[in-house]
Amino acid sequence: MSFRIVSTGSFVPPKVVTNEELTTFLDTSDEWITERTGVKERRVATTETAATMGVEAGRRALEAAGMTPDQLDMILCATISGEYVSPGVACLIQAGLGAACPAFDISAACSGYIYALDTAAGFFARNRVKNMLVIGAEQISRLLDWTDRNTAVIFGDGAGACLLEAGDNYITSKLFSRGGADVIQIPTSIGNSPFFEKEQVKPLIHMKGQETFRFAVGAMAQDIQDVLEQAGIDPADVDHVVPHQANIRIIDAARKRLNIKPECYASNIDRYGNTSAASVPLVLDELNRAGKLNRGDIVVLAAFGGGLSSGACVIRW
Amino acid sequence: MVMEKLTALLAEHLDMDASEIKADTTFETLGIDSLDTVEMVMQLEEELNVELELDEKVATVGELAAFIEKKLS
Repeated sequence: MSFRIVSTGSFVPPKVVTNEELTTFLDTSDEWITERTGVKERRVATTETAATMGVEAGRRALEAAGMTPDQLDMILCATISGEYVSPGVACLIQAGLGAACPAFDISAACSGYIYALDTAAGFFARNRVKNMLVIGAEQISRLLDWTDRNTAVIFGDGAGACLLEAGDNYITSKLFSRGGADVIQIPTSIGNSPFFEKEQVKPLIHMKGQETFRFAVGAMAQDIQDVLEQAGIDPADVDHVVPHQANIRIIDAARKRLNIKPECYASNIDRYGNTSAASVPLVLDELNRAGKLNRGDIVVLAAFGGGLSSGACVIRW
Repeated sequence: MVMEKLTALLAEHLDMDASEIKADTTFETLGIDSLDTVEMVMQLEEELNVELELDEKVATVGELAAFIEKKLS
Protein backbone atom coordinates (compact mmCIF):
# COMPACT_ATOMS: atom_id res chain seq x y z
CA MET A 1 0.00 0.00 0.00
CA SER A 2 1.21 3.49 -0.85
CA PHE A 3 -0.90 6.36 -2.20
CA ARG A 4 -2.47 7.92 -5.23
CA ILE A 5 -2.70 11.64 -5.95
CA VAL A 6 -6.35 12.69 -5.81
CA SER A 7 -6.01 16.38 -6.57
CA THR A 8 -3.54 19.25 -6.74
CA GLY A 9 -3.46 22.96 -5.92
CA SER A 10 -1.02 25.86 -6.06
CA PHE A 11 -0.60 29.51 -5.21
CA VAL A 12 1.90 32.18 -6.25
CA PRO A 13 2.05 35.78 -5.03
CA PRO A 14 0.51 38.32 -7.44
CA LYS A 15 3.69 40.46 -7.52
CA VAL A 16 5.56 39.77 -10.80
CA VAL A 17 9.23 40.78 -10.99
CA THR A 18 10.62 40.73 -14.54
CA ASN A 19 14.29 40.45 -15.51
CA GLU A 20 14.00 44.04 -16.71
CA GLU A 21 13.01 45.16 -13.23
CA LEU A 22 16.05 43.38 -11.74
CA THR A 23 18.35 45.39 -14.04
CA THR A 24 17.24 48.55 -12.22
CA PHE A 25 19.25 47.51 -9.14
CA LEU A 26 21.53 44.65 -10.32
CA ASP A 27 24.32 44.72 -12.92
CA THR A 28 22.68 42.14 -15.20
CA SER A 29 20.54 41.89 -18.33
CA ASP A 30 17.43 40.06 -19.52
CA GLU A 31 19.59 38.31 -22.14
CA TRP A 32 22.15 37.07 -19.59
CA ILE A 33 19.50 35.79 -17.17
CA THR A 34 17.46 34.12 -19.92
CA GLU A 35 20.45 32.37 -21.49
CA ARG A 36 22.00 31.23 -18.22
CA THR A 37 18.84 30.22 -16.34
CA GLY A 38 15.72 30.25 -18.54
CA VAL A 39 13.97 32.60 -16.09
CA LYS A 40 12.03 35.54 -17.58
CA GLU A 41 10.07 36.57 -14.51
CA ARG A 42 9.33 35.33 -11.00
CA ARG A 43 6.73 35.94 -8.28
CA VAL A 44 7.92 37.62 -5.10
CA ALA A 45 6.10 37.80 -1.78
CA THR A 46 5.12 41.24 -0.56
CA THR A 47 2.95 40.21 2.38
CA GLU A 48 2.75 36.43 1.79
CA THR A 49 4.76 33.84 3.73
CA ALA A 50 5.48 30.18 3.04
CA ALA A 51 2.63 29.34 5.44
CA THR A 52 -0.02 31.63 3.92
CA MET A 53 0.89 30.45 0.40
CA GLY A 54 0.82 26.83 1.61
CA VAL A 55 -2.64 27.34 3.12
CA GLU A 56 -3.98 28.63 -0.20
CA ALA A 57 -2.36 25.82 -2.24
CA GLY A 58 -3.72 23.26 0.25
CA ARG A 59 -7.20 24.80 0.21
CA ARG A 60 -7.27 24.61 -3.60
CA ALA A 61 -6.23 20.94 -3.57
CA LEU A 62 -8.95 20.15 -1.00
CA GLU A 63 -11.57 22.05 -3.01
CA ALA A 64 -10.62 20.20 -6.20
CA ALA A 65 -11.25 16.91 -4.38
CA GLY A 66 -14.45 18.12 -2.68
CA MET A 67 -12.91 17.47 0.72
CA THR A 68 -12.74 19.42 3.96
CA PRO A 69 -9.70 20.00 6.25
CA ASP A 70 -11.23 17.88 9.04
CA GLN A 71 -10.90 14.81 6.80
CA LEU A 72 -7.10 15.13 6.76
CA ASP A 73 -5.01 12.67 8.78
CA MET A 74 -1.69 14.48 8.32
CA ILE A 75 -0.09 17.53 6.71
CA LEU A 76 3.54 17.53 5.55
CA CYS A 77 5.28 20.62 4.28
CA ALA A 78 8.59 20.60 2.40
CA THR A 79 10.21 23.96 3.06
CA ILE A 80 13.36 25.78 4.16
CA SER A 81 12.00 29.32 4.22
CA GLY A 82 9.39 29.51 6.95
CA GLU A 83 8.84 32.71 8.87
CA TYR A 84 9.85 30.95 12.07
CA VAL A 85 12.37 28.28 13.01
CA SER A 86 9.47 27.17 15.20
CA PRO A 87 6.55 26.78 14.70
CA GLY A 88 7.08 24.88 11.47
CA VAL A 89 5.28 25.91 8.31
CA ALA A 90 3.10 22.76 8.32
CA CYS A 91 1.72 23.64 11.78
CA LEU A 92 0.80 27.11 10.59
CA ILE A 93 -0.85 25.59 7.51
CA GLN A 94 -2.81 23.25 9.76
CA ALA A 95 -4.06 26.23 11.79
CA GLY A 96 -4.77 28.27 8.65
CA LEU A 97 -6.83 25.47 7.10
CA GLY A 98 -8.58 24.69 10.36
CA ALA A 99 -7.43 21.06 10.33
CA ALA A 100 -6.93 19.00 13.48
CA CYS A 101 -4.35 16.44 12.27
CA PRO A 102 -0.62 16.22 13.03
CA ALA A 103 1.59 18.42 10.86
CA PHE A 104 5.35 18.74 10.42
CA ASP A 105 7.99 20.06 8.05
CA ILE A 106 10.49 18.20 5.88
CA SER A 107 13.78 20.00 5.33
CA ALA A 108 15.67 18.83 2.25
CA ALA A 109 15.98 22.15 0.41
CA CYS A 110 15.06 21.97 -3.28
CA SER A 111 14.75 18.16 -3.10
CA GLY A 112 12.22 18.50 -0.27
CA TYR A 113 9.07 17.58 -2.14
CA ILE A 114 10.40 14.17 -3.18
CA TYR A 115 11.47 13.49 0.41
CA ALA A 116 8.02 14.56 1.65
CA LEU A 117 6.23 12.24 -0.79
CA ASP A 118 8.51 9.38 0.23
CA THR A 119 7.83 10.09 3.91
CA ALA A 120 4.10 10.16 3.14
CA ALA A 121 4.39 6.78 1.42
CA GLY A 122 5.73 5.35 4.69
CA PHE A 123 2.69 6.50 6.68
CA PHE A 124 0.37 4.96 4.07
CA ALA A 125 2.40 1.73 4.10
CA ARG A 126 1.88 1.48 7.88
CA ASN A 127 -1.85 2.18 7.48
CA ARG A 128 -1.57 5.21 9.74
CA VAL A 129 -3.35 7.63 7.38
CA LYS A 130 -6.14 7.69 4.81
CA ASN A 131 -5.88 11.24 3.51
CA MET A 132 -2.79 13.37 3.56
CA LEU A 133 -1.89 16.81 2.29
CA VAL A 134 1.71 17.15 1.07
CA ILE A 135 2.71 20.73 0.39
CA GLY A 136 5.85 22.44 -0.90
CA ALA A 137 5.88 26.11 0.15
CA GLU A 138 8.74 28.57 -0.11
CA GLN A 139 9.35 32.24 0.40
CA ILE A 140 12.93 32.07 -0.87
CA SER A 141 12.97 35.86 -1.39
CA ARG A 142 13.51 36.21 2.38
CA LEU A 143 16.76 34.19 2.11
CA LEU A 144 18.13 35.87 -1.01
CA ASP A 145 20.97 38.36 -1.09
CA TRP A 146 19.28 40.89 -3.38
CA THR A 147 22.68 42.49 -4.10
CA ASP A 148 24.12 39.21 -5.49
CA ARG A 149 23.40 39.02 -9.21
CA ASN A 150 24.35 35.34 -9.37
CA THR A 151 21.62 34.09 -7.03
CA ALA A 152 19.02 36.89 -6.87
CA VAL A 153 18.00 36.34 -10.49
CA ILE A 154 17.25 32.63 -10.13
CA PHE A 155 14.70 32.24 -7.36
CA GLY A 156 11.02 32.95 -6.78
CA ASP A 157 8.24 32.33 -4.24
CA GLY A 158 5.21 30.03 -4.38
CA ALA A 159 3.50 26.91 -3.09
CA GLY A 160 2.05 23.71 -4.49
CA ALA A 161 0.09 20.86 -2.91
CA CYS A 162 -1.05 17.32 -3.59
CA LEU A 163 -3.88 15.59 -1.76
CA LEU A 164 -3.06 11.91 -1.32
CA GLU A 165 -5.29 8.95 -0.50
CA ALA A 166 -4.41 5.31 0.06
CA GLY A 167 -3.62 3.55 -3.21
CA ASP A 168 -0.89 1.78 -5.13
CA ASN A 169 0.26 4.47 -7.52
CA TYR A 170 3.57 5.44 -5.92
CA ILE A 171 5.69 2.91 -7.75
CA THR A 172 9.25 3.47 -6.59
CA SER A 173 11.69 6.10 -5.37
CA LYS A 174 15.32 6.93 -4.72
CA LEU A 175 16.78 9.40 -2.24
CA PHE A 176 20.43 10.48 -2.29
CA SER A 177 22.57 12.74 -0.12
CA ARG A 178 26.16 13.92 -0.36
CA GLY A 179 26.44 15.97 2.79
CA GLY A 180 28.44 19.18 3.02
CA ALA A 181 28.02 22.95 3.21
CA ASP A 182 30.67 23.88 0.65
CA VAL A 183 28.52 24.07 -2.50
CA ILE A 184 25.19 25.47 -1.25
CA GLN A 185 24.58 26.92 2.20
CA ILE A 186 22.06 29.12 3.97
CA PRO A 187 23.34 29.85 7.50
CA THR A 188 20.91 30.64 10.31
CA SER A 189 21.38 33.63 12.57
CA ILE A 190 23.45 32.90 15.70
CA GLY A 191 21.47 35.46 17.67
CA ASN A 192 23.34 37.39 20.35
CA SER A 193 25.25 34.69 22.17
CA PRO A 194 28.10 36.34 24.10
CA PHE A 195 30.03 33.04 24.00
CA PHE A 196 30.06 32.05 20.34
CA GLU A 197 33.46 32.79 18.82
CA LYS A 198 33.15 31.91 15.15
CA GLU A 199 32.51 34.60 12.59
CA GLN A 200 28.86 34.96 11.64
CA VAL A 201 28.09 34.38 7.97
CA LYS A 202 25.15 36.35 6.56
CA PRO A 203 22.01 34.19 6.89
CA LEU A 204 21.38 34.27 3.14
CA ILE A 205 21.85 31.86 0.21
CA HIS A 206 25.47 31.20 -0.74
CA MET A 207 25.81 29.02 -3.81
CA LYS A 208 28.64 27.97 -6.10
CA GLY A 209 26.95 27.98 -9.49
CA GLN A 210 29.21 25.68 -11.48
CA GLU A 211 29.50 23.03 -8.76
CA THR A 212 25.75 23.14 -8.23
CA PHE A 213 25.19 22.70 -11.97
CA ARG A 214 27.56 19.77 -12.07
CA PHE A 215 25.95 18.00 -9.11
CA ALA A 216 22.43 18.70 -10.35
CA VAL A 217 22.94 17.41 -13.90
CA GLY A 218 24.63 14.22 -12.70
CA ALA A 219 22.09 13.58 -9.92
CA MET A 220 19.00 14.23 -12.01
CA ALA A 221 20.15 11.96 -14.85
CA GLN A 222 21.35 9.19 -12.51
CA ASP A 223 18.30 9.28 -10.20
CA ILE A 224 15.81 9.12 -13.08
CA GLN A 225 17.75 6.29 -14.70
CA ASP A 226 17.82 4.41 -11.38
CA VAL A 227 14.11 4.73 -10.54
CA LEU A 228 13.09 3.66 -14.05
CA GLU A 229 15.35 0.65 -13.77
CA GLN A 230 13.94 -0.20 -10.31
CA ALA A 231 10.41 0.08 -11.67
CA GLY A 232 11.23 -1.91 -14.81
CA ILE A 233 9.91 0.91 -16.98
CA ASP A 234 11.37 1.62 -20.40
CA PRO A 235 12.30 5.34 -20.76
CA ALA A 236 10.24 5.37 -23.96
CA ASP A 237 7.11 4.60 -21.90
CA VAL A 238 7.45 7.67 -19.64
CA ASP A 239 4.64 10.17 -20.22
CA HIS A 240 5.81 13.11 -18.10
CA VAL A 241 9.00 14.19 -16.36
CA VAL A 242 8.52 16.87 -13.72
CA PRO A 243 12.00 18.05 -12.77
CA HIS A 244 12.79 20.58 -10.08
CA GLN A 245 12.83 23.95 -11.84
CA ALA A 246 16.32 25.04 -10.76
CA ASN A 247 17.69 26.20 -14.07
CA ILE A 248 16.60 25.29 -17.60
CA ARG A 249 20.24 24.55 -18.45
CA ILE A 250 20.32 21.78 -15.82
CA ILE A 251 17.14 20.23 -17.23
CA ASP A 252 18.49 20.45 -20.80
CA ALA A 253 21.86 18.93 -19.91
CA ALA A 254 20.27 16.05 -17.93
CA ARG A 255 17.74 15.46 -20.70
CA LYS A 256 20.57 14.78 -23.17
CA ARG A 257 21.78 11.97 -20.90
CA LEU A 258 18.40 10.21 -20.76
CA ASN A 259 16.41 8.40 -23.45
CA ILE A 260 13.09 10.00 -22.61
CA LYS A 261 11.19 11.87 -25.34
CA PRO A 262 12.07 15.60 -25.10
CA GLU A 263 8.40 16.66 -25.19
CA CYS A 264 7.80 14.81 -21.88
CA TYR A 265 9.78 17.35 -19.83
CA ALA A 266 7.55 19.91 -18.12
CA SER A 267 8.77 23.38 -17.25
CA ASN A 268 7.44 26.70 -15.99
CA ILE A 269 10.76 28.20 -14.87
CA ASP A 270 10.32 31.06 -17.36
CA ARG A 271 7.39 32.38 -15.29
CA TYR A 272 8.25 31.37 -11.72
CA GLY A 273 12.02 30.90 -11.47
CA ASN A 274 13.37 28.39 -8.95
CA THR A 275 10.82 28.04 -6.15
CA SER A 276 12.86 25.38 -4.29
CA ALA A 277 10.64 22.66 -2.74
CA ALA A 278 7.53 24.27 -4.27
CA SER A 279 8.61 23.83 -7.88
CA VAL A 280 7.63 20.16 -8.41
CA PRO A 281 4.05 20.50 -7.06
CA LEU A 282 3.65 23.86 -8.87
CA VAL A 283 4.43 22.20 -12.21
CA LEU A 284 2.26 19.18 -11.34
CA ASP A 285 -0.71 21.41 -10.58
CA GLU A 286 -0.26 23.29 -13.86
CA LEU A 287 -0.14 20.04 -15.84
CA ASN A 288 -3.11 18.67 -13.94
CA ARG A 289 -5.31 21.73 -14.33
CA ALA A 290 -4.42 21.95 -18.03
CA GLY A 291 -5.82 18.42 -18.38
CA LYS A 292 -2.47 17.03 -19.50
CA LEU A 293 -2.31 14.24 -16.92
CA ASN A 294 -4.38 11.18 -17.74
CA ARG A 295 -5.12 8.34 -15.33
CA GLY A 296 -2.50 5.64 -15.87
CA ASP A 297 0.18 8.05 -17.16
CA ILE A 298 3.71 7.32 -15.96
CA VAL A 299 5.01 10.46 -14.24
CA VAL A 300 8.63 10.80 -13.07
CA LEU A 301 9.44 13.46 -10.47
CA ALA A 302 13.06 14.47 -9.81
CA ALA A 303 14.67 17.12 -7.63
CA PHE A 304 18.12 18.12 -6.37
CA GLY A 305 19.67 20.88 -4.32
CA GLY A 306 21.11 21.88 -0.97
CA GLY A 307 22.42 19.15 1.29
CA LEU A 308 23.59 18.24 -1.19
CA SER A 309 20.57 16.09 -1.76
CA SER A 310 18.58 14.65 -4.61
CA GLY A 311 15.72 12.28 -5.21
CA ALA A 312 13.35 10.89 -7.81
CA CYS A 313 10.19 8.84 -7.86
CA VAL A 314 7.84 7.19 -10.32
CA ILE A 315 4.10 7.70 -9.99
CA ARG A 316 1.24 6.21 -11.95
CA TRP A 317 -1.26 9.06 -12.33
CA MET B 1 45.59 13.89 -26.90
CA VAL B 2 43.35 15.94 -24.62
CA MET B 3 43.47 18.91 -26.99
CA GLU B 4 42.37 16.68 -29.86
CA LYS B 5 39.48 15.17 -27.88
CA LEU B 6 38.42 18.59 -26.67
CA THR B 7 38.55 20.08 -30.16
CA ALA B 8 36.53 17.18 -31.56
CA LEU B 9 33.94 17.55 -28.79
CA LEU B 10 33.66 21.29 -29.38
CA ALA B 11 33.43 20.87 -33.14
CA GLU B 12 30.62 18.35 -32.69
CA HIS B 13 28.85 20.48 -30.07
CA LEU B 14 29.06 23.62 -32.21
CA ASP B 15 28.67 21.92 -35.57
CA MET B 16 31.87 23.44 -36.99
CA ASP B 17 35.17 22.22 -38.48
CA ALA B 18 37.75 21.10 -35.89
CA SER B 19 40.50 22.94 -37.80
CA GLU B 20 38.80 26.25 -36.94
CA ILE B 21 39.39 25.65 -33.22
CA LYS B 22 42.85 26.62 -31.97
CA ALA B 23 44.47 26.58 -28.52
CA ASP B 24 44.09 30.35 -28.19
CA THR B 25 40.43 30.34 -29.27
CA THR B 26 38.38 31.77 -26.40
CA PHE B 27 35.15 30.15 -25.27
CA GLU B 28 33.57 33.56 -25.49
CA THR B 29 34.18 33.78 -29.26
CA LEU B 30 32.74 30.27 -29.62
CA GLY B 31 29.62 31.39 -27.75
CA ILE B 32 30.35 28.90 -24.95
CA ASP B 33 29.60 29.99 -21.38
CA SER B 34 30.75 28.59 -18.04
CA LEU B 35 27.88 26.09 -17.80
CA ASP B 36 28.68 24.71 -21.27
CA THR B 37 32.29 24.32 -20.11
CA VAL B 38 31.20 22.35 -17.04
CA GLU B 39 29.00 20.16 -19.24
CA MET B 40 31.92 19.46 -21.58
CA VAL B 41 34.21 18.61 -18.69
CA MET B 42 31.57 16.15 -17.45
CA GLN B 43 31.41 14.56 -20.90
CA LEU B 44 35.22 14.31 -21.04
CA GLU B 45 35.23 12.72 -17.58
CA GLU B 46 33.00 9.97 -18.91
CA GLU B 47 35.06 9.46 -22.05
CA LEU B 48 38.40 9.46 -20.21
CA ASN B 49 36.97 7.77 -17.11
CA VAL B 50 38.52 10.28 -14.66
CA GLU B 51 37.29 12.83 -12.09
CA LEU B 52 37.97 16.39 -13.15
CA GLU B 53 36.78 18.98 -10.62
CA LEU B 54 36.85 22.24 -12.61
CA ASP B 55 38.19 24.52 -9.88
CA GLU B 56 39.99 27.05 -12.08
CA LYS B 57 38.74 29.71 -14.42
CA VAL B 58 39.57 28.84 -18.04
CA ALA B 59 39.14 31.32 -20.89
CA THR B 60 40.60 29.48 -23.89
CA VAL B 61 40.41 25.99 -25.35
CA GLY B 62 44.16 25.61 -24.70
CA GLU B 63 43.74 26.55 -21.03
CA LEU B 64 41.02 23.95 -20.55
CA ALA B 65 43.15 21.30 -22.28
CA ALA B 66 46.13 22.21 -20.06
CA PHE B 67 43.93 22.04 -16.96
CA ILE B 68 42.72 18.55 -17.90
CA GLU B 69 46.29 17.39 -18.74
CA LYS B 70 47.39 18.60 -15.29
CA LYS B 71 44.54 16.70 -13.59
CA LEU B 72 45.35 13.57 -15.55
CA SER B 73 49.07 13.57 -14.71
